[in-house]
Amino acid sequence: MTHRIDFQTDPSRYRHWRVEYDGEIANLYMDVDEQGGLFPGYELKLNSYDLGVDIELADVVQRMRFEHPEVKVVVMQSAKDRVFCAGANIRMLGGASHAHKVNFCKFTNETRNTFEAAEADSGQKYIAAVKGACAGGGYELALACNYILLTNDSSSSVALPEVPLLAVLPGTGGLTRVTDKRKVRRDLADVFCSVEEGVKGQRAVDWRLVDEIAPNSKFDEVVQERAREFAAASAKPSNLTGIELTPLDRRFAEDGSLTYSAVEVSIDRAGGRATLTITGPSDPAPASVAELQWQGAQAWILRAARELDDAILHLRLNERQIGTLVFQTQGDPTAVLAHEALLLANRDHWLANEILHYWKRVLKRVDMTSRSLVAIVEHGSCFAGPLAELLWAVDRSYMMLDEFEGDNRPLAAVTLSEGNFGPYPMGNDLTRLQTRFLGAPETVDTLRGHVGKALEAAEAEELGLVTYAYDDIDWEDEVRIFLEERASFSPDAMTGMEANLRFAGPETMETRIFGRLTAWQNWIFQRPNAVGPDGALQRYGTGVRGDYNMERV
Amino acid sequence: MLDLINVSYDTQIPNNVGLSQDKKVLKALEKWHPGYINWWNDLIPQNFQQSMVYLRTAVSVDPKGWAKFDYVKMPEYRWGVLLAPQVENRTIPCGEHYGQPAWQEVPGEYRNLLKRLIVIQGDTEPASVEQQRLLALTAPSLYDMRNLFQVNVEEGRHLWAMVYLLHKYFGRDGREEADDLLRRQSGSEEAPRMLGAFNEETPDWLSFFMFTYFTDRDGKMQLESLAQSGFDPLSRTCRFMLTEEAHHMFVGETGVGRTIERTCQVMKENGIDDPFDVDRIRGLGVIDLPLIQKKLNLHYTLSLDLFGQEVSTNAANAFNAGIKGRYMEARITDDHQLQSDTYVVWDLVDGKAVQKEVPALTAINMRLRDDYTKDAAGGVGRWNKIIEKHGIDFELKLPHEAFHRKIGVFANLPFDPEGKVVTGAEYDKGLPEWLPTHADGDYIQSLMKPCYEAGQYARWIAPPKVGIDNKPGDFEYVKLHMA
Repeated sequence: MTHRIDFQTDPSRYRHWRVEYDGEIANLYMDVDEQGGLFPGYELKLNSYDLGVDIELADVVQRMRFEHPEVKVVVMQSAKDRVFCAGANIRMLGGASHAHKVNFCKFTNETRNTFEAAEADSGQKYIAAVKGACAGGGYELALACNYILLTNDSSSSVALPEVPLLAVLPGTGGLTRVTDKRKVRRDLADVFCSVEEGVKGQRAVDWRLVDEIAPNSKFDEVVQERAREFAAASAKPSNLTGIELTPLDRRFAEDGSLTYSAVEVSIDRAGGRATLTITGPSDPAPASVAELQWQGAQAWILRAARELDDAILHLRLNERQIGTLVFQTQGDPTAVLAHEALLLANRDHWLANEILHYWKRVLKRVDMTSRSLVAIVEHGSCFAGPLAELLWAVDRSYMMLDEFEGDNRPLAAVTLSEGNFGPYPMGNDLTRLQTRFLGAPETVDTLRGHVGKALEAAEAEELGLVTYAYDDIDWEDEVRIFLEERASFSPDAMTGMEANLRFAGPETMETRIFGRLTAWQNWIFQRPNAVGPDGALQRYGTGVRGDYNMERV
Repeated sequence: MLDLINVSYDTQIPNNVGLSQDKKVLKALEKWHPGYINWWNDLIPQNFQQSMVYLRTAVSVDPKGWAKFDYVKMPEYRWGVLLAPQVENRTIPCGEHYGQPAWQEVPGEYRNLLKRLIVIQGDTEPASVEQQRLLALTAPSLYDMRNLFQVNVEEGRHLWAMVYLLHKYFGRDGREEADDLLRRQSGSEEAPRMLGAFNEETPDWLSFFMFTYFTDRDGKMQLESLAQSGFDPLSRTCRFMLTEEAHHMFVGETGVGRTIERTCQVMKENGIDDPFDVDRIRGLGVIDLPLIQKKLNLHYTLSLDLFGQEVSTNAANAFNAGIKGRYMEARITDDHQLQSDTYVVWDLVDGKAVQKEVPALTAINMRLRDDYTKDAAGGVGRWNKIIEKHGIDFELKLPHEAFHRKIGVFANLPFDPEGKVVTGAEYDKGLPEWLPTHADGDYIQSLMKPCYEAGQYARWIAPPKVGIDNKPGDFEYVKLHMA
């Protein structure tokens, strides 16, 4: 592997962000190091960002929740003069492969969603304090905050200049949040998205693009005042103490396989697939939330989530030839349920709450992974509670039926918990079971009656919890043939088919961003008008305009 | 028949654009007018507003007789809208539309780009008046005070010129931008001017002269390139502004020249040959040549920053669109499109300043800056002639463009005025020799005592060789109102 992109970082390694903690308020400064690009060939001028900058931001947001639960308000601001953020770096986008662009946008979208949800999930409200130019991805950062303050200095503006300038879309949620979140009238949104210089001052408020403007001379004061007001109005308990997110225990082998403490990733390059095996807890569940907090990042239920999260991100960015991800588990299902039960019983405790929300995000990350996903439910597995969610995140699942010769592990079973009926919704705001049984909602009620029961293969298949259950005779062939067939299909058609089938049910802002906006953007990212040798993205910076084929498709 | 050469006074606003027949724009300008007058009245101290100043006012755009001189109170100055005459069959001089007829209306695809350029240009015009608002209090003579006010009212008129374009061609957006030009204020915390250099106060007269020589020359170069615009009304506006701008350059060049002249005279009269005998020279109440070099270093490098990045997308876009040309575009013999040409720019490789070729289109700023440097070198040569004439061994020099930069590849790096990289310690040590210190500022400030007697000059500056409008040496250029 030439250059592995690592999603693990920590504050001592940040090059682009800095946080100053001030009790219940955290001031988050964007101060991108021009020379700190992830790849050679571009400079990150004017607080523009690449994937490396966003990996740090994701780390900041995650640590804010786990390490600094005392924080109630985060003020996102620029440490540079006269510019808030100029958005994604254009030269980086111009030079990047299609696959990198798509993965970059997906990760940045996930990060935006994560801090946007921090207010509802964790009682951490993000305020964007915008001074100077705030364009494209810069405004998209602000849009994902819960409150936007703009200085009224008669030059600072918010803008989405992608269409007129680059012939692409504001694809990190920009178009969607303007209409769905900020509810800007569509004709005004049309004007806003067509002018390079954007909108400033009172009009930005009138058009709902920002929440408030403040006089430039008093701007910093007003920002801190709002931050204090929001903190005071927060329902979140005060004086919480965080836990440290210690470095992951992670080893790479030469063939690219990966070993964490509770997750193992083995790679079959010829078969184009990776197998992720999650090992259940070996210790009993903590007796209390106090013990959970004492265990901190070592608690199995948090550790497993962090490791799975990192593994998925690693496979997405660094193993692009691997088309199929196989999920397996090994361990005691009752132990998994016991660890989850402590969280469910203490949802009013900040750490229990954070871990549940984190599982929600990790599972969404699985939903959003454009690889063929399959779950293999072997004997000795522990698809229970949060791990059972994987069965309904994947495209297909196969389960061992009855005893296998020479296999003395406990019989394969699926065990439901209360967790499968609420705390881990998908992007469409339904649970995976609700989505799965959209045509038969009563099935979900029936299933609720089976909570805590080990459902062996015949019953699990009968209840619709797995795709197929096979016995010793058929198992090996059926699984092998499925995996071989899957690997032979066009990866583009697979991605398209799976993404369409996975997200049944109602649209939400999130599904619209990942579905509609992303699909259009990815189409534009393939079109000569944007990325051809004479397209706008390639020509950006040369002074020559994109040469457009005027045919409407 | 519309008279497009002579200025019409048939409306409140003098013009040669037939304003009385263009009710829509006339109405907009009349609405903007009171705000402008308020801005002016709040700016310059009242006793000067009430004084009679011997100013030139444009009466035509014919280069042979475009101005007349008379006493006028500044608030009653006839600011107006004046465009150079239309050139018949003018074509777009550069970029992808090269050779097509020049636009008489704004092309939709470039509307925002054009508006942006006009707003930035417009923002600098009132800014310099704001920066210079208190200088009259320390004027070294009535002659200099008059020149200051002339520069000020003409910068005010240049604002009018830009506002006319905004009102005439950019609809409601344009009117809002025009209002914002009066809302932003130099140095204001609330709404500062757009470019950093225009938010610094001009604290003394030597700074004023340096500013008009170096910084107004940047303005001149910007106007030169906008005069090449394929958008004809902008081109015509800027061509006329350039005739006024020439006076500002003159004020700067002769102001610095007269300061040097006086220093050399006093040195000679007192038998001082060593220009570095600073204490003695300052003891005589004139400004030593090393300090003039330091002021030159400061203002020249600040002005270089105004040209932006060496390699610039915006400049390339504007050139390719035919919105902004190069200096003397028509005299350049190339294809005026630059799709495959290269141009040599400075870059930083391994911490050293080196020259390299880049696509010419992206180096439009750099080319304009190089033309600027050539243009600026002329006056420096003439200043050296003055020193030479007095037999003093000293030569003023433009510093290397890597020195003291805040924008571009050399920004915030320790280069000395020769363009050599030095250590941090060497830089700290050299700085008091290269740029004015606070003590230098105190000294210049101590000389800034007004001299309001007709025909009299402060000790540190020589009288001009020729009066304005050929007036005699004791002419009362400003009849001060001292209520």
